[in-house]
This record gives sequence, structure tokens and C-alpha cells, in this order.
Amino acid sequence: MSKKEIYAVKGLSVPETPASAQEPKPWKQTQMVGKGIPRVDAYERVSGTAVYPSDVLLPDMIYGAVLRCPHPHAQVKKVDVEAASKMPGVRAVITGDTPEARVEWTYSKEARSSLFDPHCRFEGEPVAAVAAETPYQAEDALRAIRVEYDVLPFVVDERDALKENAPSVHGAGNVLKTEKYERGQVDRGFREADVVLEENYRTECQLHTPMELHGCVAKWDGDRLTLWESTQGVYAVQAEVAEVLKLPLSKVRVVGHYMGGGFGSKLKAGKYTVIAALLAKKSARPVKLFLTREETYLAVGNRPPNNMRLKAGVKKDGTLTALDFSCTGTGGAYPSGGTSLVDWLVRDLYKCPNVRTECTDIAIHTGPARPFRAPGHPQGAWVLEQMMDALAEAIKMDPVELRLKNIPNFSQGKEGNPPYSSTGLKQCLEEGAKAFQWKVARSKALAPGETGRIKRGVGMASCLWVVGGGWPPSTVILKLFPDGSLNLNMGASDIGTGTKTVMALVAAEELGIPLGKIEIEHADTGTTQYATPSGGSKTVPTEAPTVRAAAISVKQQLLEMASKELKLDAASLVFQEGSIAPAKDPSKSVKITDLSELKKRGVVVGIGYRGPNPENKAIIPFAAQFCEVEVNTKTGEVKILRFVSTNDSGRVMDRLTYDSQVIGGITMGIGLAMTEYRVLDRDQTGRMLNRNWHDYKLPTALDVPLEMTSLPVDREDSQANSVGAKGLGEPVTIPTAPAIANAVYNATGIRITETPISPERLCRLLAEKRKEG
Amino acid sequence: MKRIIQLTINDKEYEVAVEPNQTLTDMLRYELGLTGTKKGCEVGDCGSCTVIMDGIPVNSCLVLAMQANGRKITTIEGLETEKGMHPIQKAFVEKGAIQCGFCTPGMILSSKSLLDKNPNPTEEEIRAGISGNLCRCTGYQKIVDAVKSVGK
Repeated sequence: MSKKEIYAVKGLSVPETPASAQEPKPWKQTQMVGKGIPRVDAYERVSGTAVYPSDVLLPDMIYGAVLRCPHPHAQVKKVDVEAASKMPGVRAVITGDTPEARVEWTYSKEARSSLFDPHCRFEGEPVAAVAAETPYQAEDALRAIRVEYDVLPFVVDERDALKENAPSVHGAGNVLKTEKYERGQVDRGFREADVVLEENYRTECQLHTPMELHGCVAKWDGDRLTLWESTQGVYAVQAEVAEVLKLPLSKVRVVGHYMGGGFGSKLKAGKYTVIAALLAKKSARPVKLFLTREETYLAVGNRPPNNMRLKAGVKKDGTLTALDFSCTGTGGAYPSGGTSLVDWLVRDLYKCPNVRTECTDIAIHTGPARPFRAPGHPQGAWVLEQMMDALAEAIKMDPVELRLKNIPNFSQGKEGNPPYSSTGLKQCLEEGAKAFQWKVARSKALAPGETGRIKRGVGMASCLWVVGGGWPPSTVILKLFPDGSLNLNMGASDIGTGTKTVMALVAAEELGIPLGKIEIEHADTGTTQYATPSGGSKTVPTEAPTVRAAAISVKQQLLEMASKELKLDAASLVFQEGSIAPAKDPSKSVKITDLSELKKRGVVVGIGYRGPNPENKAIIPFAAQFCEVEVNTKTGEVKILRFVSTNDSGRVMDRLTYDSQVIGGITMGIGLAMTEYRVLDRDQTGRMLNRNWHDYKLPTALDVPLEMTSLPVDREDSQANSVGAKGLGEPVTIPTAPAIANAVYNATGIRITETPISPERLCRLLAEKRKEG
Repeated sequence: MKRIIQLTINDKEYEVAVEPNQTLTDMLRYELGLTGTKKGCEVGDCGSCTVIMDGIPVNSCLVLAMQANGRKITTIEGLETEKGMHPIQKAFVEKGAIQCGFCTPGMILSSKSLLDKNPNPTEEEIRAGISGNLCRCTGYQKIVDAVKSVGK
């Protein structure tokens, strides 16, 4: 018998119900939350019955496709669509000359552009679009469109963009902005240090490449537009499309029940969303428009490349005295956070009174960046965590020890220096080191006399993520039916992290309703409640307390109903296994499903709102990762043998989805460290050279360690919110790459300051080292 | 010009009119509405469109529908029986081997094909067996665990 069935049969007690206007107390013990319960929608996902937006088939539906500029910088002179319009099956063609397609598009607040901008500033800018009866006919029609371009000089590398005479992206210099931060007296800090180290670093541009392509199906019913979009946030897409097409919000319905991954690249609508809507309008048919994989490499975001320098001072006892960080980066052709949050870990992770950072965002002729899982953080961690490793070595201290010496209990980077609602960094480091057997593994790796070409090494790194507490707004509605079944209605998307499962567990926990009787409606602006996009590791800490609030409202209403029925004060009543009874006399109970008012009304509706976060508190998740590698010093190949990840994300809501996030995050970090980087033809054409999964390599099942351990520091953060959880999805990928780099250093004595740690690069560095002797 | 092909999909006979350039993926998805077969890259890199053809896992985006004439195809929709989910599907559910779920049908079919030939694969054999299927969410470990649990 499964847990689910036991629960359903037995009926369990539910937490105490606070009076209205009272804050709920933290759960004392939990029956459902925190266990390893499989996903509530697992069947749909393993059976092929889950309909993803790219699976939507509508009667009379046709297929859209987008013609994109093949040059990194060009002016469109003429678009000739005459031949294309007459191709078999073609039902609509739109270009910048089409009146209804002359709409404004905002890549970012600072830089407005148009949907079909004749001044193409990156390879992949849309130039025209078609819709035809079959995807093949649409593709053929694209090829029949003749475009005359003025091909213009380009710059596709931010290191070239600052040179004199570099082609300009927006008509002036290519520096978009420089942000500076300073606290304490950095120069004095360096004078106080026993050791000062300085190093340059670089991380390459990483692409999101979620498994499901970007796109949507668009359908008009009169003046009402419905979009089935692969998105992390249906309300964000609704707002953007309504604004661009000048439609009332109520006339734009966005549905996104399932979606095949986003990692930040699907937080907003794309040009493709609007193009699909325009094609559907023009053809008077529903249009499916999903990008090809190649197009997604060019036009739907990336993690910006960053060039970084860090100078750090430390005393012999491990006290950090000063950090001086600078970086350049690029979000591509439009301002999109090329250096956003890259310096955050330097500012905030370790206790240090004297810190200076300077970040310069540069424009180049490539596709705009979009937020990518923990924006800026993996880049900053690559720098800071390798530097901490080097500092530890320089003062002959264990790297874990050095970090333990510098744990702050308040945020030094945030304004007003708010204390952390909880910090488990110490536990992450200590418990991780213990589980990994760090000391033993390290002494083995450091043991002298190791010959042969295979060298072993261990490395570690830690991190925090800048936000992790969630925030308002969110509204959730629970509908309890007279048969005791429940409908959970929320706007949030489940992007694969298990949002639906966690929310069902919260409702089950609070109401004592078995999971099998809970159905979820979600991610539909037409029928579900407002939610911000699922991203920023904020979905659980935002939505779960909201679900709990809605459940408490349901319970309060049920107590009121029972109070009338039993003619007793509601405050004297309590829940007990599917019934309500006087606390003092449990025998006088009434079954919830027997409540006459519930039967008469047909439903109890509980509305939950996300309340504010505690004032002057920083709600931050922490993590540490440890890994062991084997380096072949002849071939430069690195084999990652094992990983241990310890995370403080407050309460563990579901152990299965929690561990999946951790292991998946490590794997994405392995990609950044080892194989993933965008290759541009920097000199000749400015085009991207590895725009497919064959040449841009994600880790496969053979590239990840056999042993990956997720070890939660399972501590409820009762100050954070009513469920005690902090965010998890982002910290899991931040320390991975530097942990590997530190392990490679431990094995070989070579500091790899640039990603990726490819055999080619490592071989070159090993050869240089041998030469130097 | 369209031609009519005959094939068996999930133990059911089909006659389908297909264009010569139509892929098996598109035929399954657009002509038959079998959208459990996913489309991730259309160039054979990701394995999301994996189906089993005459006992061999194939990227259906690299197979023309016409090449499937007279063949026997198993898609994800064909795994469940009256007795319920296939043991591999059950294992994926219980081990939490799913995140966004987009690679899952392909992963399950590659795993099935492996287990059909080799009922007790080693961990390395499992990893090799699913190495043609990319997953961007899970990190593979739980998928390997799930397949291992069925093998035993």
C-alpha cells in the first residue's frame, strides 16, 4: 500500500487553524511536506499525455516561420515577398512594410526597437515571417523571400568592442554603463594583508537550450487572442503582448500548462509571440510558430561572457582584508544585463570590510542576453571561489577552514545591512566536508610521490544566491467541494521544478486532503490567478505560503459552518480527521462532508494572498559543493568522479524534487565548466559557428559523475515565510564550475582561469608548465 | 505528391498518406496526433523524438515517414497496457526521474530498448544506452537509478 493510500484511508490531523488576521504558526510536524512524494503530474509526463505548447494541435491550424538576418550587422534595404506569397500553401506573409506589423518592441527599457527593425544589430534579428499550411511549405516560402542587405561592419567580441575604431552598435561608444560599488577603505585593507593575490579570469557565453523550443500557438476569436506559449510566466507574456499589440489585458489569454524547460530564457514573450499573433490575424487561422533549434541559439538569450579581475588580501589567520573586483561583459546588441550581479558574491558572500567593484556592460552585435539560472553568480563564483582556494594555499590553511572563518551573519552588500533570516553556510561547509570525507580525500590527493599521468584532485566552493525568499504578489484560490475534493487554482507555471507537487503537498498538509483528491488548475491568464513568472528561485517561497493562506481561509470558513451547525463558538472547535468537533468534547463531531451549508453552497472558496516579507531581513539560500576529479596529464582529459552538494534552502518541501534540482544544477554547472561555450567567427563573418547540440555540447549521461549526492541542510526558516522554505533552483548551479577548477588545480597545480576546462586548454597549460619546469 | 504507407504503430495497423519529405516525427505528431513523441532539434542530436522501430531505438526526425513503410513502431503512447503503466514508466515516477518531462518519452523508449535486449544492464551500460538522449534538467542520475531498478 502506498503512502498516498494510507493517508487517504486513515485521515490525519491537520495543523491548528489561526483566527482570521492571525499569522499561522510554523508547522510543528509534517505529514506530507518534506517527504519524497512523487510528482502529482508524473503520469502525464511519463505517458506522453502531457500536452506541451509545442504539442497543441488546433482545427484548421497552420504553421509559421521566421526569416532572420544572416549578418551580425546589416541594414535591410528591400524585402521582396512576391514570389513567396504565391508559393503553394502560403496564407500570410509579413515584413517591416506590413502596416499591422509596424509595432514597437522593447528588448529593454533603455533601448526601444521595432518588431522588424530594418537596422539588424545581430545575426538572427527577424526580417520577415510567413504562415503556410504545412511547416515544410512555410520553410520553402522563407527561402523564396529575397532580401537586399547593406552589410555593415560588426564587432561580436566585447574585448574588441572597446578598441579605437571598433564598429559601433548604437551610434556612439560601445560602453552601455559602468557600475561602481565601494565600502570601507580598500587600499588600507591591502596594506593590512599578509598576502595579496591578483588574477584575471574569464567565463564564456553559455546558452540555455531547454529541451522544448521557444514558441507558441496563436488563435484569435474575434478580438480575443489566445496564446499557448512555452513560458515560465503566463502573466508576463500576457502583459507584454497586450502592450505591444495595444490590446486590453482581458483580451489576451495565455496558457502554459506544461513547458519543456526555460532556465530564465522563457520569462517573457519573444518577438515570435507577437509574430505568431500577427500571422494568425492576417491568415484568419490559428498559427503554430516554434523556432528551430538553430534560431534558439541566436535569438532567445544567453549567459553573458565576462572578463574579470580580482585582487584579494588576507591575513595569516584567514581574515579577509580587502577585495577589489572589476569586470566587463556583454548582453549583446541591446542592454540586457551583461554584467548584472557578476560582482554580487564578492560583495556579499564572505566577511570583508573593504570591497570595491566596477562592472562595465558593453554592446556588441550578438543576440541579447536573457537571465540564465542565477544570473551573474556562476561567473562571480568562478573568480571568488578560485581566489579563495589560492588564498588558502598561500596562507597554508584548508580552503574549507578559510571559508568557515569568514561567514557573515548579515548581508554586507544589501542596503542597511539586514541580518539573514537564517544562514546555513556553516552547516553546508561542515556537513558537506564530512559527507565528502574532505580531509581524507584531500590528504590522499596531496600525498607526495604520485607518479604516472593520471592525477587525482579534490576541490570545493560555496555560494549564496542574491534573493531566495520570494515576495508578493501572488493570489491562490482553493475550492473545496462537498465530497471533500479540492481544486487548487494558481497562476504559477511548473517549469519542471515540481511547483504543482509542492503546492498540492501544502494544501494536503493543511487540509488533510489526500493528494489523489486534489486537482490543479494553473498557468492560464484566463482562468487562474495572478502570479509572477517562475524564476529567481522564488516560486516555492512565493506560492507555498499563498497556498497555505488559502487553505487556512478554507478551514476558517468550515469552522464557521460547523459553529452554526453545532451551535457552538467557532473558536472552541478543532479539526480532527475529516471532522470538526469541540476541542473539549471530541464525541460531538460533524463530518466536513456532512456540513449542510457546504452541501447547499456547493463549494467553499478560500483565497490566499502572499503577504509581505519580514522587514529588514535578508532571506538568502546558501550552498557548498565538493568534488573529486581525475586528470589525464597526457591528454588533458578531466573525469569528474563525484560531487557532494549541501544546500541550505530552508525547509525541504519535497525530497524527490529537491534532489532532482540539486543534481540537475550540478550538471548544468559541469556544462559551464567543461564543454559549453558559444563560438563566434570573431574576424571574418561574425556569425555563430556552433548553433546546434552537436557542436555546442551539453553533458550527456556519460559526462556526469557516477556519484552525485544531495545533502540538504533541512532547517525550517521560520522568519522567512509561513512554510519556512527558501529558494533552491539557482544556488545549486553556482559553485559547481569553480569547485571543479579547484579540484583540477589540486590535481595538477594548474589554475584554469578561463572556461571551458577543455582537454585542449589543459594540454596547452600542462605543456607550458613542463617547459617552465 | 503524397503516397500511402502502411505501418504498425503500437500494435495497431495504420494507413497514412505522407509527403516524400515528411519525417516520421512529423507524421506521428501532425498526421496522427501522437504528440508524446517530442521535437527538440530535428537533426538527431537530442533524442527527444526517439521511437522504437523494429526493436531498434531511432531518432524519428532522421527517418522519413516513407522509410517506415511496413515497419513496426512503438511510441510512448504504446507502453501503457490494461494493467497500467509500463514498469519503466513506474520507475521513472517513483524515483523522481522527471523534471520538465520533455526528454522523458525519448528517455523511456531508449531505456526500454536497452532493457529488451539486456535485462540486467550495468550502470555503464545504462549510461551508454541513454547517451543519445539529452536532458537539460535532471542530471541523469535518477534516470539511471530508475532504469537500474527495473533491471534488477
